[in-house]
Amino acid sequence: MHGWTGSILIADLTTRTQGVLHPSEETFRLFPGGRSLAGHLLRPRVGLPWNHPDMPVIFMTGSLTGTAAPCSGRCHVASRSPLTGAPGDASTGGNLGPALKAAGWDGLMLTGASDALLGLEITSDGVRFVEAGALRGADTEAVFTALPGWDSVACVGPAAENGVLSASIVVDRLHAAERCGLGLCLATKGCKFLAVSGERPMSVADPGGLAAANHDILRLFNASPALRGPLGFHRFGTAALCDLTAARSMMPTDNFRHTRFEQAGGCNAPALAARLLPASAPCPSCPVGCVQRTGDGRLLPGFDALSHFTALIRNPDPVLAVEAVNLCARLGLDPVSAAVSLASFAEITGRALGPERLLGLLEDTALGRGDGRLLGRGARRLAEELGKPDAAMTIKGLEIPACDPRGAYGLALAYAVSTRGACHQRALPLAHELLRKPVATDRFSFLGKARIIKLAEDQMAAADSLPACAPAFLAAGLEEYARAFTAVTGLSVAAGDLALAGERCVYQERLMLAELGFTAQDDDLPERFFREPGDQGEDFEVPPLDREEFLAARARYYRVRGLDDNGLPRRDTAEALGLAWTAS
Amino acid sequence: MDRILKSFAARLAAAGLAGPGDALFLGQDDAVACNEPGHPDRDVAEAALRALQASALVCVRPAEPYRTILDFLLTRHPEIITPGDCETRLFLHDLPVARDFSAEAMTGALRRRKGVILPGPRLAAPGSVGPEQAFVTVSSMCFAAFVLFFEEYLDDLRHGRTTPEQREAFARAVSHLPGARADRPALARGPFQDAAQARRAMLEAGRATVAFGLVDSYFGNISCKLGGVVHISQTGSSLDELAGCIDACPLDGSSCAGLTASSELAAHAGIYAADPTAACILHGHPRFAVILSLDCDLPDCPNRGRCHLDCPRPRRAGGAPVVPGEVGTGPRGLCHTLPPALASERAAIVLGHGLFATGRTDFNEAFAHLADTENACREEYFRRVRDLGG
Repeated sequence: MHGWTGSILIADLTTRTQGVLHPSEETFRLFPGGRSLAGHLLRPRVGLPWNHPDMPVIFMTGSLTGTAAPCSGRCHVASRSPLTGAPGDASTGGNLGPALKAAGWDGLMLTGASDALLGLEITSDGVRFVEAGALRGADTEAVFTALPGWDSVACVGPAAENGVLSASIVVDRLHAAERCGLGLCLATKGCKFLAVSGERPMSVADPGGLAAANHDILRLFNASPALRGPLGFHRFGTAALCDLTAARSMMPTDNFRHTRFEQAGGCNAPALAARLLPASAPCPSCPVGCVQRTGDGRLLPGFDALSHFTALIRNPDPVLAVEAVNLCARLGLDPVSAAVSLASFAEITGRALGPERLLGLLEDTALGRGDGRLLGRGARRLAEELGKPDAAMTIKGLEIPACDPRGAYGLALAYAVSTRGACHQRALPLAHELLRKPVATDRFSFLGKARIIKLAEDQMAAADSLPACAPAFLAAGLEEYARAFTAVTGLSVAAGDLALAGERCVYQERLMLAELGFTAQDDDLPERFFREPGDQGEDFEVPPLDREEFLAARARYYRVRGLDDNGLPRRDTAEALGLAWTAS
Repeated sequence: MDRILKSFAARLAAAGLAGPGDALFLGQDDAVACNEPGHPDRDVAEAALRALQASALVCVRPAEPYRTILDFLLTRHPEIITPGDCETRLFLHDLPVARDFSAEAMTGALRRRKGVILPGPRLAAPGSVGPEQAFVTVSSMCFAAFVLFFEEYLDDLRHGRTTPEQREAFARAVSHLPGARADRPALARGPFQDAAQARRAMLEAGRATVAFGLVDSYFGNISCKLGGVVHISQTGSSLDELAGCIDACPLDGSSCAGLTASSELAAHAGIYAADPTAACILHGHPRFAVILSLDCDLPDCPNRGRCHLDCPRPRRAGGAPVVPGEVGTGPRGLCHTLPPALASERAAIVLGHGLFATGRTDFNEAFAHLADTENACREEYFRRVRDLGG
């Protein structure tokens, strides 16, 4: 095979043994990699408790990983989320995916659990289990410093070791699998880090065809105002989006009680750039470089983190947001979940978050001290335990990122039906509702949005399975990436074939959700969005969402997706997509 | 949904791309809607829409001269048509051709590509986010075919390759061309005192540019500099419907709110920097300026096929300089090539793409340069045809 190595490394932390899984070519055809293949491997075990030793933690690359296909340097991580109870997954940049592939592995599946803290050294020879007790409690920076010379290092920080439900996995200092608490999954297995190196060259079926496809993709990137324009991600990172959500009155402020932040202009990406002189820190094969760092190596916050560590908690100092984000990276916290939990806490307790208190609470969260113990349980549990469940701005238990759904109705629907919980990348509605790509849609209308969201979910699931980074799809599409996939694998594939693989991936997640007891009741938004208006825009109102219209759009989505009226999978749809009806 | 589908059919008609009743638009969320329920192509198109699961699909029998143009191009390029204009190069890559008009053929092609040419001739395109996306694709296909047809004819004349069928098609296509317009609109006079005045002038100039046919459908962009702020049309906006679609972009880069601005924002900013007297910029895609920019009589040029990137030859068309450059900000982007050309000129043509014109106080001057250059290019095109015996 070209594109895949055909081998998935299995590491059992209980027995400290290893094995190799060789999926069939048919499996790779149905589940081409990344999110879809990780989901396929997760499904038979998804009914187990998240912390059961047999619950795997899966790292998965795809056929494009390690090639020159633009934005393909990704790795998908999946397990059952301790935060949400649902299947949890997150994509990370950095060199982890390319390094795994260069070591000869399409993926890595961790099973079992070790009482002792271990590190996993992964090469083309397989895995070596090494004692990591000396790194117990160490922050991620200390881990990276202790492990020089590896092509990639992924690790957990003290947050995961101390049981924070939203703990992240930090990769190569500047990147992370942030969402869904996968860091805690790794720590529960007794794994502190993965260190990966490899030298195997990637096998590409048609190098000339790949070069031609890449050329067309790069041309589209260059024509994209969002990716390569003078105000775009290439220059300012994804934080460039903050000015847009501020102008559209959809910047979550004060724990989503407002949608405009008066100090937004002083907290934007250009303000940060003027003070901190950022440089791009691109992932392998990425011509965009949306991850930015300062000259002294500090990570600059992306869109969600900058917005949430300023507007959401009413902090007018963007440099404090930089400190908070870097603290999160060192402690192994998901900045979105951490910020939303803090904002909920501030709302419920009525106590503002000054600079010292903010940084102190983040540290307390990761170390399990004082109020941090409650914050580490996430916004939903925190709000329930404090008797104010309405103050939890979560969907399926996952904290909501930095776009207010009252300002974009496709986003509202996408948030609600997203299989992993609140996420604006699962269907990328910001593309058409804010960025006007491929064309603009009316952001204050549900008209046509059910199908638009379903199709975009399929596209983004396909992207996560190639893999290719979500922002790439603000410019290119599956048409162009199908050509890259065909050139790499030698398999003639059309955009429609990739979309079908994406549809299968999403439906597989729907099957897992149903097996875990999730229903339409979970495909919903916090009541606040239906009850309270957003702040008035320059020349427009932001009314509360109309619940009847929302429910009607969700019902249409269920029909388009081939689900029943309760949002549950149908046997005929599952089988038509080549999916087993039962997990066993 | 019905209202939206009908509005896009009306837009195709207004752009001269389809006659009344010839543009079939289908859309679906959880049920299919259609602008022409009795249209003879409906069953095929609806079957394709359902198979593709798309949000929208357009199937159009183009009006003249596009019908004649496509009929001829299909005889010459039965498998695939490869125009050299910028829009095709960037978004469409080329124009695939299906052998028969059936749901299977349409579905097969559109599972791979953004649009397809079918027998009839018909053009079909799906939209994943609604009918506008389908509209944009078929409109771009018409423009690309138009440019290729006239460009190829001139080149074939030069090399003695024209056929009787081609000459006949050319004469028929030309007979359907609207006449060149010598009149000019009276646009708002500058200098503009505030942003509101400038924006009103932009709306007016945008509408005039579309009304005079100086664009491909309604695509193009427009800006006005006021103080340290460039007011510029948003990406993908309609030049004739700019209300609410203008971004204010501070030139000091203090805000990214213009992230939705035209993909040519960098070029506009570069032009204002290169020519401090420029107060406004108008960019359209006038057909004959684009065609003439692609016409080259150099045999065996080492850059053939790469003219849009590397053409080193100083050239002019219709009195304006022709420069290479791709859309956007890449290393060969027109943001690098265009500003130097407009430092001392009021109009310049980007090869295979379109024309940028500037005005010192208001859009009257920019509009005049846009229209005059296009008329001069049109005259020059037909002079070359005549000189070559066509």
